[in-house]
Amino acid sequence: MEQQYSGKVMEYFLNPRNVGEIEDADGVGTVGNPVCGDIMRLYIKVDGGKIVDAKFKTFGCGAAIATSSMVTEMIKGKPIDEALKITNEAVAEALGGLPKIKMHCSVLAEQALKAALDDYYHRQKKSDK
Amino acid sequence: MNKKIYFDHLATTSLHPEVKQAMLPYLEERFGNPSSLHYFGLEARKAIEEARQKVAAMLEVLPEEIIFTSSGAESNNLAIKGVALAYQKKGKHIIASQIEHFSILHPLKTLGKWGFRVTRLPVNKYGLIDPQELVKAITEDTILVSIMIANGEIGTIEPIMEMSRITRERGVYFHTDAVAAVGRIPVNISQLGVDLLSLSAHQFYGPKGVGALVVRKGIRLIPLIEGGIQEEGRRAGTENVPAIVGMGKAAQIIQQELPSLMEKLKSLGDCLVENITSRIPEVYLNGHPTLRLPGYANFSFKYVEGESILLLLNQQGIAAASGSACTSRALKASHVLTAMGIDPALAQGSILFTLGRGNTPEDIDRLLEVLPSIVDRLRKMSPLYEDERKSTHSPL
Repeated sequence: MEQQYSGKVMEYFLNPRNVGEIEDADGVGTVGNPVCGDIMRLYIKVDGGKIVDAKFKTFGCGAAIATSSMVTEMIKGKPIDEALKITNEAVAEALGGLPKIKMHCSVLAEQALKAALDDYYHRQKKSDK
Repeated sequence: MNKKIYFDHLATTSLHPEVKQAMLPYLEERFGNPSSLHYFGLEARKAIEEARQKVAAMLEVLPEEIIFTSSGAESNNLAIKGVALAYQKKGKHIIASQIEHFSILHPLKTLGKWGFRVTRLPVNKYGLIDPQELVKAITEDTILVSIMIANGEIGTIEPIMEMSRITRERGVYFHTDAVAAVGRIPVNISQLGVDLLSLSAHQFYGPKGVGALVVRKGIRLIPLIEGGIQEEGRRAGTENVPAIVGMGKAAQIIQQELPSLMEKLKSLGDCLVENITSRIPEVYLNGHPTLRLPGYANFSFKYVEGESILLLLNQQGIAAASGSACTSRALKASHVLTAMGIDPALAQGSILFTLGRGNTPEDIDRLLEVLPSIVDRLRKMSPLYEDERKSTHSPL
């Protein structure tokens, strides 16, 4: 059957990994807005400088769900400074490519990651005081 | 692979088998150019004039009031630019509605750049235009009003008769985009009181690539496509004979079938609306509850986005459409839903089901089998749903 997305994108849309929330998350980032039609929320759990768990919730199209799911997979088990280096192109590549018109979804996924990490640092600073 | 179910008749309809039969000879041995003076040409000429008569009969106008075009979009462009340029010495003000199709709004934007003034009438939350807004907007300088009979995205039917009375009293021409209406509700030009009307064959089980513009006698038009003398010098280009023949046949058929088709679509549509709104929580019907094309249902599903619903329906072999930004190439939510004042998040979660002559009660059953769980699954993935649940369950 003809589809607008590559096999891998469809796979991550139909069987998204890491859907959910983390009750006692160490960082939460929410990006996007209803006018654009995409909202992503990323939860991370950090231990010893490593991201030990990541979950997401997304309001958005197939590409939005696939990219946010992929980003959680890419950061799990990674040290924070490596997670910081993840780019939207890397997310799109990991999914086997995205239609040009959907590349902005991968940008949003990168922003969600940065927002979650930002929140983590923010909370760390607060607890350090 | 599940049986494929098609609920996107606004996008296009399937060819009626009798229409295909009527077209075949003109794709094969009757290939002449209607402008040729020999046998081949005369045969083709006869065929398009017969098709013209059939389309004219369906709308109750004279054959010479029909111009064949390539599409509803071309008909709309020809009406807007053709009339504006022909009557610009009389006035330079044009009125349309905010929910017209882009093939009306974009030519109007261009005319705006060419020195015309354009007023776009607002709509209420049902997508309905208030004729009083038209009265307020008309000036001495107004030469044309263009308002659709029914909106293709939400199905709302506009008060055309009332509005054409207003324009007639003031000597202003009224054009109506009937692309979504023809083949779904009765369209009678004299009753409607309009001066120009656009239609498109592939909306009523005819072929793609052909439309028509009705221009009542005496109204001048500056042609868009100039060249040969086809269509009485109003639209040049060798005629798409097979498609025109198809359009004629489709018009003839729909004239006969419309009463029973309307009844069927109304019954299937009502069943769809009733079941979806009762089985799925927080679903809203967009458009007018009663002044709506039969078989039309545009729903907003709260907390989820339209394209993801369409993808999951597609997996189940079910085809529909959406007004979300993600499904539009411009990445903007439907201008129609926006004009109606619908909350942006709800506009993103809109799905449009448009039923047609090929749909059955079993198709509706199948949709109802899969849609609730699709919406449920996407809601469980949605941060908006999560926020809503947390706020309603928060301790006092």
